[in-house]
Order: sequence, then structure tokens, then C-alpha cells
Amino acid sequence: MAIKLLTFGQITEIIGQSESTVNAMDSDALKAQLIMQFPGLKDLQFAIAVNKYVINENTGLKDGDTVALLPPFSGG
Amino acid sequence: MSKEGKYNRYQRQVILNEFGTVSQDKLFSVKVLVIGAGGLGCPALQYLAAAGVGQIGIVDFDIISLTNLQRQVLYATEEVGRGKAETAAKKIRALNPEIKVEVFNTRIQNSNALELISPYDIVLDGSDNFATRYLLNDACVLLNKPLIYGAVFQFEGQVGVFNLEDKLTQIKANYRDLFPLPPLEKLSCNEIGVIGVLPGIIGVMQAAETIKIVTGVGMPSTNKIISYNVLNNRFYEVEIVPNENMGSVMPKSKAEFLKFDYECFCSAPPINEQITPEDFYELLKNEKITVIDVREMDELPLISWVENINLPMSEFESGIKSISRTSKIVLICQSGKRSLAALQILKSKNPGREVFSLIGGLDAWEKKRENSV
Repeated sequence: MAIKLLTFGQITEIIGQSESTVNAMDSDALKAQLIMQFPGLKDLQFAIAVNKYVINENTGLKDGDTVALLPPFSGG
Repeated sequence: MSKEGKYNRYQRQVILNEFGTVSQDKLFSVKVLVIGAGGLGCPALQYLAAAGVGQIGIVDFDIISLTNLQRQVLYATEEVGRGKAETAAKKIRALNPEIKVEVFNTRIQNSNALELISPYDIVLDGSDNFATRYLLNDACVLLNKPLIYGAVFQFEGQVGVFNLEDKLTQIKANYRDLFPLPPLEKLSCNEIGVIGVLPGIIGVMQAAETIKIVTGVGMPSTNKIISYNVLNNRFYEVEIVPNENMGSVMPKSKAEFLKFDYECFCSAPPINEQITPEDFYELLKNEKITVIDVREMDELPLISWVENINLPMSEFESGIKSISRTSKIVLICQSGKRSLAALQILKSKNPGREVFSLIGGLDAWEKKRENSV
């Protein structure tokens, strides 16, 4: 199962690339897996969007889905 | 001025079929409050003034510094040291003397936010810190004003429209639906680099959203966040829906708003409000304390080694009232992250309470127990 992962801002800095392919059953599993791999993510807040909709609870993922991780920016 | 005369300046937009004098009249009669006359505020102010927005309010307490000039394009080198709000006002009055400009040389905060925003129709967020962003969001929700959000980080920016009902879906989302809690970081934006053109682009997009909302021409990014990356010219748009299950702590009344400590809510708790497993062990032995587990009800392992209250993050706000008012509080979760967020909430609602978050959470506590056996 291939999920396209898009990241923004500080999250890209931590992961090292803004676009990658990952495998996960659902958004919680994906988050846990990423935090395990990149512990720096643990201290960040970010919104998760699945196929361009921000999710507020664990969401199942299927082959071909796109998940975006959006941290808030404060700069102005 | 003659009827035709008043449209002369705006002729190039009035001749657009979709726009016309009807839209121009709407702009003439609208009041827009711009918070921050910095990287986002400068370009937004320029285009709103040029477009003929009837009244513009500028809120900024800061003075112009040399390092601002790389992106804050309203200001000249010789104006370094002068106040931003009045200097910006002078520039946009010169650009368009037909509009009314109000200057507020002040920091927006709980005590003045509602008063500042109330007379205006739309708020444009050009601030540079999370505390002001949450404050503006909450004030706009309470006063039912659309908020045009913009923010930048290095080479990336975000634009969105909050607190405006989508006429088709009747959905009205706000900043806290997207980011219920601020990040626990201490970096101020002034310390994060930004490429000068970026706030220019984002600020102008905010002005464009404002104009679309006022005139009804086109589709504003209501309930959406658009991300833009200047390095690869990529836009990415996501939709936001109201988020009821995150235990956010938005003030629900003006009284609650006035009491909410935004600085505290948006800053990482000082290290003396975080407790190590060793110190927690000592505290447990020596004092009567209230232990609160902020994990959700179904999370394992259950804590059986100390009397505790389970107050999950999703219900934390409503449950706070039931907490004992006297003893010290230690907040616990699995890894120590949610308990920190809970600490922020508790402290922002009850400044002065003695509250601690267990560093490393139950994971660290279990490790300590294994090591000591």
C-alpha cells in the first residue's frame, strides 16, 4: 500500500524531503511510525490532511491516498 | 466629487465586467483592520488602500528597524526608528487620500482586542507570533468577524479565510479547528529567516481574499488553507472542518476571553513546571498531590500505583473545574507531550496554580521503576 506523504515547513526540515512514499493502515499508525523514525516530530503540532481534507480523528488510508502534514507558521 | 469622478482612480477595476461600480461601492463602504504593519501588513495595506477600501485601521506598536526593510516595503531607510503604524498610515494616505486611515500605535491584547475589532468588518492577520494569532482568532469568533489569515516560514507561506460561513455548506471553521494547540516552541519569528518576496506574495493574497469577500466576486478560500512554496512555486490547498473532539480551549464568552493568558498558552512551560520521574517519586512520598492522567479512557496500561483522576485531553477543558483547588497537580500521559499541552491549558486558565508535567510520561516512569528494581 503506497501513501504519498507531503510535508511542509519544519516537518520537511526534520524528515529531509517534502515528498515521499510511505506505508500505513491509518493516520494514527502513520503518525506513530513517523515519530518513531523522526523523534523531532514529537514536539511539533501539525494538522494532517488526507486527500486535501484536514482530519480530526484517526482515518483509514488506502493505496494512492495523499497525506499532508501541515505545521502552523507564526512569521509575518 | 462628481459621481463619475469618484470612480476615476479605480477605472481599471471598475471596467471589469465582474467588478463594476457595484463592487467598488462595496469597497468604499467596508472597514478593514490590519494587525501588524510588517512583512504581511505592508503589501496588504498598500493594495487595500489602492483598491479604495473605505476605512483601514493599522495596529502595530513596533518601530522600523533596518532588518525590516528587506520585506517591509512601505518603509524607507531614513525612517528606521520611527513607529510602524503611523509611518504606514502616512504612506497609504499619500497613495490614496480618498480613504480613511486609523492608527493604533499599540499592542493588541485581551484588554483592547474586542474594542479595536468591533467597529471593523474584516480583520487581516499580519502578526508575527502565535499568541497574537490565537487571540485574534478567538476575538473574531466571539465578534463574528471574518479573519484573513496569513503566515510565513522561510520559503513557505499559508493563507486562509476563517470564521466566514460557506454559503453552500454552512460550515464556518476557524484557526483552532486547524491547530487546536500552539506548538511548544520558543523561537520568535524574528529569529526565523524569511525570503523577502514571500510575505509580499502572501500579504497580497490576503488583500485579494479581502477584496473577494467584500465584493462577492470570485471564490475566497473560506475554510481552507493554501500553502505556497516560493522555491518550487507549488500551491497546496486543504479544506478545514470544525473540530469538536480536540479539547481545544477557546474562550466562549467575552469574560473568558479577557481572562485567557495567550502568552502562557503559546509558550513552552518553563523547565521548573516539568518534573522528572525521580522528583515525582519524592513528591509522592512526601506530599498529598493530585495526579491527573490525561490519556484517553481506553489507553493502557492503567495507572494502579497511585490514586489518580482520568481527565482525557478531549474532555480536559470541561473537567478542569472539578480539580481540587488546593493541592499540587502532576499531569501524566504516555510520553509527556499531551501532559505538557494540558499544563498549558491549565496554566492559561488558572495562572498561579502549582502544576507539573511528568517529563517523559509513563514511558520514563516505567523505565525508572525497571532500573530501580
